[in-house]
Amino acid sequence: MTRTRVRSLSLWLLLVAMALVVVSRARYSADLSAFLPRAPSAAQQLLVQQLQDGLASRLILVGIEGGDGAARARVSRALAAMLRARAEFISVSNGEDSSQDKDREFVFRHRYVLSPAVSPARFSVDGLRAAIADTLELVASPAGLSAKSLFVNDPTGETLQVIDQLQGTQPHREAGVWSSADGARALLIAQTRAAGSDTDGQAHAIGLIRSAFAAAATPTATATALPTATPLRLLLSGPGVFSVDARMTIEHEALRLSLLSTALIVSLLLLVYRSLPTLLIGLLPVACGALAGVAAVALGFGVVHGITLGFGVTLIGESVDYSIYLFIQSPGGRAAGAGTANAAAPSNTATTSNAAARSLWRTIGLGVLTSICGFASLLPSSFPGLAQLGLFSISGLAAAAAVTRFVLPQLPVRLKVADLAPLGAAAARLIARARLPWGVAAGLALACALVLFHDRDRLWNRDLSALSPVSADAQALDAAMRTDLGAPDIGDLVVVNADSEQVALQRAESVGARLDALVGQQVIGGYDSAARFLPSAYTQAARQASLPEQPLLRSRLALVAASLDLKVDALQPFVQQLTAARTAAPLTRADLDGTSFALGADALLWQRDGAWHALLPLRPPATGAGAPVDGEGGGADEINIERVRAAVADVAPDHVLVMNIKHELDALYGSYLAEAVHLSLAGLGAIVVLLLVALRSAARAARVVAPLLLAVLVVAAGFTLAGTRLTILHLVGMLLIVAVGSNYALFFDRRAADHDPAALPVTLASLLIANACTVIGFGVLAFADVPVLSALGATVAPGTLLALLFAALLAPRRMLAGA
Amino acid sequence: MNARWRLAAALIATAQLALSAQSNPELDRLMGLLAQRQHGEADFSETRYLSLLKQPLKSSGVLVYDAPDHLEQRTAQPKAQTVVLDHGVVTLSIGKRQRVLRLADYPQVAPLIDSIRATLAGDRAALERAFQVGFDGSLEHWQLRLTPRDPALAATLARIDMRGERDAIREVQVMQADGDHSVMSITPRE
Repeated sequence: MTRTRVRSLSLWLLLVAMALVVVSRARYSADLSAFLPRAPSAAQQLLVQQLQDGLASRLILVGIEGGDGAARARVSRALAAMLRARAEFISVSNGEDSSQDKDREFVFRHRYVLSPAVSPARFSVDGLRAAIADTLELVASPAGLSAKSLFVNDPTGETLQVIDQLQGTQPHREAGVWSSADGARALLIAQTRAAGSDTDGQAHAIGLIRSAFAAAATPTATATALPTATPLRLLLSGPGVFSVDARMTIEHEALRLSLLSTALIVSLLLLVYRSLPTLLIGLLPVACGALAGVAAVALGFGVVHGITLGFGVTLIGESVDYSIYLFIQSPGGRAAGAGTANAAAPSNTATTSNAAARSLWRTIGLGVLTSICGFASLLPSSFPGLAQLGLFSISGLAAAAAVTRFVLPQLPVRLKVADLAPLGAAAARLIARARLPWGVAAGLALACALVLFHDRDRLWNRDLSALSPVSADAQALDAAMRTDLGAPDIGDLVVVNADSEQVALQRAESVGARLDALVGQQVIGGYDSAARFLPSAYTQAARQASLPEQPLLRSRLALVAASLDLKVDALQPFVQQLTAARTAAPLTRADLDGTSFALGADALLWQRDGAWHALLPLRPPATGAGAPVDGEGGGADEINIERVRAAVADVAPDHVLVMNIKHELDALYGSYLAEAVHLSLAGLGAIVVLLLVALRSAARAARVVAPLLLAVLVVAAGFTLAGTRLTILHLVGMLLIVAVGSNYALFFDRRAADHDPAALPVTLASLLIANACTVIGFGVLAFADVPVLSALGATVAPGTLLALLFAALLAPRRMLAGA
Repeated sequence: MNARWRLAAALIATAQLALSAQSNPELDRLMGLLAQRQHGEADFSETRYLSLLKQPLKSSGVLVYDAPDHLEQRTAQPKAQTVVLDHGVVTLSIGKRQRVLRLADYPQVAPLIDSIRATLAGDRAALERAFQVGFDGSLEHWQLRLTPRDPALAATLARIDMRGERDAIREVQVMQADGDHSVMSITPRE
């Protein structure tokens, strides 16, 4: 006896200590990757990687509102200067003249390798004449004042050819810096050194931006801001900002909700237990369960998602039930008179007590097994968040049950439990009066099933954004700033894979040639490509080879000048520069540094794990006949992606992919949703099999399962009637209804089976308390701002209540005999 | 007449010119008159003298104006080309090709293109932001001389001279700093 106690307690303490070590050394992550499915195909993997730590994930969009245009521009410049001085930022762009000048200089300097028009024919006599005549028209136009100085250097207009290609990528300017289309908001783009998945790094960078803005926006004595001007406001958006906000929300919510539900549950338990030591012991399984859950996830996954900790709240609701059942229903508890109970240590006073204790543990054990069956179905899920939740719940519940079974009875503490017999008796009388005929239950189930069947096409929300913790307002702001910056969220794109940078660029050029044709057919509005400002060495060499040698050029130019009435001497700078360009060193990625093209090159061309990837985002064709202003039309058509696929099909088929990101992600999510539905059904099947085996009776198993299914159906129909479309988290919630509710149903089954009417009131009382704890735990969760948490809470709280109600109402009447 | 009198007359004329920018009632009246005009169409013919070219460039076409900020220059000869200034955006169409420029992005070109619009609109404030405005003559036969205020602009653009009768501009001369210049004659269609 004592020996058993020493052995149990020391084993327990050892396990707790080990779990503590694991938990304290675990890595915790709070980025959004818990909501991103693991990607099966290479293309989808690329996509998810890019979302996690590609260049796009490292961009912070900065907006400045309020004040007047001059003040916004002044702060934009000051902010950019301060941030550029920090190592945390790779680049900060705000469109001010210095960067624009660098861009123009870059294009001008490298025009003969950048211009797509450069070919041998263009520098023939006819080609030169046509190109120079074209440029002359521009010089003669009202805009000619600026074109004239360009003309003597670049009479064939190659600079304009390059600029035309790049047009549409530059945002509007107000007072010399980038601004929104309406001019009311100055805009900057900051590229952080930290990857988007490095939430701490992102938080640090965001902090730097905020403090730099505060310093820049503080009115100084020399500031010319009008006294009536509204104060300037800072707006931030981008994946990193979302991650940091989401982490804050999740941490804040998890803490707030855990505290709230713990306080509520503790208050309720204090009413029942009437003593602090009893309460603390009652909570011990919860604490051990949470500890075991986190430790198991840390060991199994290497990293614990913040959201998993958020789900820890849910465990309080279920694992606290075990000690409630133990304290209230255990023979010691039952034998005790009003208010006081003996130690819960098994007293071998009577064989009936032992039999009752075994019966109690069999029931709890079966309940734990059903829960584990349910949660085990989450383990193979491709959603890291769900798989972690599954492991967390299984290990947490198993640990909580084990601690309740083997540790609590060994603790040398006298338990005090309130006499709940009157509560139980009242409940028993209520049940005796109200009952749900099987026919009515079947009718209700049928009605709910009809509701679900009627809305079967709109039942599930197949949109991945339904899981996003980013608010609709924040998403709208992000979309507005991206549109203004000419960097809208990428919809359709072509991805090119290659073994080297040069091959990637060559393939991007081949794809680009096909896309040019599609632009002509208005299948797409345009596209971006790194090869536009960093052509492959092959293409550069071909363009250089198109440039004639100086004597040849001079003789041709003399002919052209005569026919166009040009003074050929004026074009001396052109001859010299073209001659120099013939033998210039090829343009490389390093030449882009300092220009805004560097950012573009990093976004559109990158290396990862030895492979090179080039991205060619497509712009939709403009709608209507009206010419788009600045390349950004008001309305836009959808891109016919099949035509794009057909057009690029012959370019290295195995290395070129055409995809629509949203469709791809939603398809991915859809397949995981389907997977989760199948897994849950498998879990349900496993539970049925388990019950059939354990109860050795199809009728009894059916009685246990019926109230659970009914509760799930009513809840699902309720959501559908309320217009809420179900997400993967609602599905998890239904699984929880089955897992938790099965305990209730099993207790009713036990009472009906063991013909012990005297036990009924106590059982009912313990179920009521346990259910109240679950409803509180999940009910609080329903008010969370994080959609995944609230969906779970809103499903489980009403679901378990209904499960208890249906289990009671459908329980065999003979159970009540004598009550 | 003696030399002294002529010197005095010249001094007075200069002083008048200097004063005119601040408070010339005639300029105010001209601007008011121009501002009333909501729509106008005129034929134009322009000659450009560029040092690059052995011969001057001649072109002709139609000007269309709608108050206050829409101006089109449709060149018909020698080759069709259209320049539309609308709400500060310049769209240049040559053949099938289109170029879109936002005036605000081109501080070096914007005043030149905007000067005709601002004059047509009677937008004295806009004119005087970029130029020193000199007025001479009468409402019946007026002359405006626009001299860039911004030294950077003055490095390429020496001045713009406009001649007109009441609410119609009849001639625009642009003198560039390097000696290239152009003359545009305007004949209202009415």
